[in-house]
Amino acid sequence: MVSQSALERPPPGSQANGESGGSPIKLAVKDLTISYGKTVALKGVSLEIREHEIFGIIGPANAGKTSFLKAVNRMDLFSSGMRVDGEMRFNGLDTRQLNNLYALRSRIGVVFPLPVGLPMTVYDNVALSPRWRGITNKAELDVIVQRCLTRAALWDEVKDRLNALGSLLSGGQQQRLTIARALSQEPDLLMLDEFSIAVDPVTTMRIEDVLKELRKEVTIILVTNLVQQARRLADRTAFFLNSECVEIGITEELFTGEVKDQRTRDYVEGRFG
Amino acid sequence: MANSNTAPGVSVTAGGAAAFDRRNFDWYVDKAVQAIVFLCGISAIIFVLGIFVFVTKEGVGFIFEHMNVREFFLTPYWFPSDADDPEFGILALMAGTASVTGLAMLVAIPFSLGAAIYIAEFASGKTRETLKVLVELLAAIPSVVWGFIGLVIMNPLIIKWFDVPVGLCVLNAGIILGLMAAPIMTSIAEDALKAVPDRYREAAEAMGATRWQVTYKVVLPAAKNGLLGGVLLGVGRGFGETMAVLMATGHAVNIPDSIFDSVRALTATIAAELGETVVGGEHYQALFTIGILLFLVTFIVNLSADLIVRGIRKG
Repeated sequence: MVSQSALERPPPGSQANGESGGSPIKLAVKDLTISYGKTVALKGVSLEIREHEIFGIIGPANAGKTSFLKAVNRMDLFSSGMRVDGEMRFNGLDTRQLNNLYALRSRIGVVFPLPVGLPMTVYDNVALSPRWRGITNKAELDVIVQRCLTRAALWDEVKDRLNALGSLLSGGQQQRLTIARALSQEPDLLMLDEFSIAVDPVTTMRIEDVLKELRKEVTIILVTNLVQQARRLADRTAFFLNSECVEIGITEELFTGEVKDQRTRDYVEGRFG
Repeated sequence: MANSNTAPGVSVTAGGAAAFDRRNFDWYVDKAVQAIVFLCGISAIIFVLGIFVFVTKEGVGFIFEHMNVREFFLTPYWFPSDADDPEFGILALMAGTASVTGLAMLVAIPFSLGAAIYIAEFASGKTRETLKVLVELLAAIPSVVWGFIGLVIMNPLIIKWFDVPVGLCVLNAGIILGLMAAPIMTSIAEDALKAVPDRYREAAEAMGATRWQVTYKVVLPAAKNGLLGGVLLGVGRGFGETMAVLMATGHAVNIPDSIFDSVRALTATIAAELGETVVGGEHYQALFTIGILLFLVTFIVNLSADLIVRGIRKG
């Protein structure tokens, strides 16, 4: 079924950390260690994410998945006590050394586990980021809003109430609004953190279809605790367990048993976690 | 029996209908506490109502017998103790209160909003905690101390800086009152900002918004009702303040032309004159009429502040 798409666009290089050529590297992480005080949330993770791939991260709770995402867009500054060591290069730039983190974050779209419709109208939710980029022309904004909402599979449902409060939409609609808002940033990288927690299965499938489409334009990191979702969507998948990155590989191989680590097989087959 | 530490009156072994039917010690304690708490709660309401009834009763004679509504509200002549022809016009007093309160709000609103935004959105950790404690300490400074500052420090400063004959004026009282109201307004405004869920901030920040963009575009609109409520409470505070205003305004019946004019406030008039009046006399009753007016205005301001603040909690 969906695994087809993974086969159609096989990521270059079959090694876990794939050093070979192909699409340029979007995000390179080397020896990343994240700790909160004395508690280590993630240790010694090295991986590379290429342009236009969907990179899945699976693993049980407390594996360090969300901390990883926070480190990518430097939200660590807002989590008191969070310490990040190691190297992280986004488009080749070391994110630990940037002078303007706001610019970095504006290039990275994030969708949180629980949908957050900001307390303003649906329209303003989506127009917020373009306005911050300096787009003030109403017609231009209209186009962007419609395009983003359409791509997030929400336009048909909200086109008649763009002036309703975004925070009053239903959970699934808010989640798609969050995705539309992330798209309005015209991001280089889209990070989704267990986006389907608050969404019903039908909506989840619709969003997944959208993500498959989006792959053509953006790089996607998909954190999920639904193993099958990673299988449906991700080109390559990393398995995080107990603050470690156990394994990184082509998604289909992880599911067909070509794993290096017994723990991965156990998790994928649902034997623990 | 050996097992004596069961709750009094509870028959552990009874198990049957008897145990369900018997009212034990805990039941009576519960009823007694309910009754006491009810009395305490209701007495607060009764006292407030009692005060209102008393003030109304003392002032009502004036309203119906002597008061000329037009003279009372529209003339600035307040000569209550003139033996032949006492005049009771509170226009100048209202102008005094309004000018001082208005100026105080001009001072207090930017200060308190700025402080609240800094504490809630920008400061972190120790700085934030220290500031919160300090703000609460400031709110606890007695008004007579503020009046003293107005009289002893501000007065000579205003005379010196602005080269005016008297430093007890609208400017002096307005600044003093503004500084007095600012801490409580800061406290309420900060609560309103804190009531905005962090997920909004995180979501906006993750989009690359700066702290100020988050504050201006997301937090302030979401907190606007609470902020407005805080401002209104500040207005109520300024309106009802007596001692500091009495000391810093110069206490001269006068419709101010400039901020350097001395004025007299409604509250200060009552405080200064009530002790010298004949109980039940015309002057005495006129002061109580002012009291009714103050009571009503404060009540309305506080009530609307409360309704506005409740409005956001629901929404």
